[in-house]
Amino acid sequence: MSAPLLAARGLFLAFGGVRAADGVDLEVAEGEILAIIGPNGAGKTTFINMVTGYLRPQAGSIRFTGREIAGLPPRRIVRLGIARSFQIPQLFTEHTVLENVALHLAARSGFWAAFTPLLSAERRAEALALLSGLELAPLAEARADQLDEGARKLVDIAMALALRPRLLLMDEPTSGVAAAEKHAIMDRLVAALRREGVTAVFVEHDMEVVARHADRVAVWSQGRILAEGPPAAVLADPVVRREVIGVEGAPC
Amino acid sequence: MRSPLAVAAGVALLLLLAFLQPWLRFVSTIALATGLAVLGIMLLLRAGQVSFGHALYVAAGAYTVAFLRPYLGEALFLVLAGALVATALGLLVGLFVARYRDIFFGMLNLAFSMVAWSLLEKLYSLTRGTDGIRVVRPSLLGLGLDGAAWDWALFLLALVAALLAGALVARYLGSPAGSALGAIKTRETRLEFAGIAARRVLLQAYLASAALAGVGGAITALATLHVTPLLAYWTHSGELVFVAILGGTGHVLGPFLGAVVFELVRVHAAAAFPDAWQMILGFVLLVIILSAARGLAGLLDDLARRLGRRG
Repeated sequence: MSAPLLAARGLFLAFGGVRAADGVDLEVAEGEILAIIGPNGAGKTTFINMVTGYLRPQAGSIRFTGREIAGLPPRRIVRLGIARSFQIPQLFTEHTVLENVALHLAARSGFWAAFTPLLSAERRAEALALLSGLELAPLAEARADQLDEGARKLVDIAMALALRPRLLLMDEPTSGVAAAEKHAIMDRLVAALRREGVTAVFVEHDMEVVARHADRVAVWSQGRILAEGPPAAVLADPVVRREVIGVEGAPC
Repeated sequence: MRSPLAVAAGVALLLLLAFLQPWLRFVSTIALATGLAVLGIMLLLRAGQVSFGHALYVAAGAYTVAFLRPYLGEALFLVLAGALVATALGLLVGLFVARYRDIFFGMLNLAFSMVAWSLLEKLYSLTRGTDGIRVVRPSLLGLGLDGAAWDWALFLLALVAALLAGALVARYLGSPAGSALGAIKTRETRLEFAGIAARRVLLQAYLASAALAGVGGAITALATLHVTPLLAYWTHSGELVFVAILGGTGHVLGPFLGAVVFELVRVHAAAAFPDAWQMILGFVLLVIILSAARGLAGLLDDLARRLGRRG
């Protein structure tokens, strides 16, 4: 196996007495889609926050393409090729969907061209193509604060994708999305990721989504990795079922 | 897009007024100079930040003209120098205040401007204190003008500066950097996760706002031919914010529209009710805020839309 795209070693971060990461080792291989599951408060979002530079681990290392990134500010980490989306969508609410995406496209390439239009023909086309990939094109001209929760969520992810990352971290991409739409949205999303060759990590509570869309699962519990492996095996593990999924005994 | 039409109509109206009423040439020049400074305030308002100290940069532009006039006879160079000095000062202050937001941003700007005001008042040997400094009328484009010709020339200079600045700012607001200003207002942290340094975006706008205020101040000094510390006083800063809200922040025409209306109301109200004109201004702003939150520019925009739908 080649060197992992992302490798966390001995990550430690405690908030007072709560250990969100208590010696975590986790690797992500190029091109894979890894799901992180676990109970609330286990430290899953904290992991994303550490990788993207929002929080600095108290111990341990995070290497991205072999380079140490732990403790770098978010801006530097983004430029290395790691983007994230948020559990609660973080949109520029007074901009349109198209502008939200275009601003992220612009951030990637020559942002300081202060006198070129944001919505140049080129950038508009690129933003629309990206939105079409997630079937968001009809919403392009809508203001971001007028969308429903599901659409906000997807726009949030589209913004992250507009940064053309090598690694995308998504915090609960399907929470707040109507149950009936979850799979459709994830199908679109995963197809887009595979098409662009983006490696992805997503935190998820819906085990069906995990089983269907992840290549590999890591179970995060009390600041530790309780189990990791292919979804079928991990989700069938009795310990995982008891501790995380909250079901006794074997799967039926 | 109706903008070019609206700009052309505004310019034609100003020219007509200046032609019909000679005293309006002076008022229009002052209004355009104020509009330039307010254009800078508008940039900061786009980022959700209110500066209660931008009179500092107006004063910087005006005093630069006053200080340099004995050595420099060309109005254009004086205006340019005013812009440069204001921008340099803006960099010095901006590096500090661009780290702060909201009430802290507003108050720090206020503090810097009040320091400048007191220096202008107290350093009598340099600034002649509250007496201020008289500015000898310079030449414009090498022409020694006086009387009506000078009024016209300065009015046209202000008009050209306003058009140029308006075009540049409109261009800037449509660019990624200008768009990021609005993002500072709504979701600044997300900008950092996009790899954009919010502080640098704001500093850029701050420098532009200082430069615009500097040009406005320099033109004001050339129009009044007299500068006093009052230019840097906090009520003047407040006036700029007042005009920005009156005019609206949605369009670059807003600041100029606001400034013209402000100056006209001030002149007429001051003539008719010498003791109560500030109260009248206050009521005008109250009515605008309650009935048209997007200011005069927003009001015009709505009107144009309604007419367009009917026609």
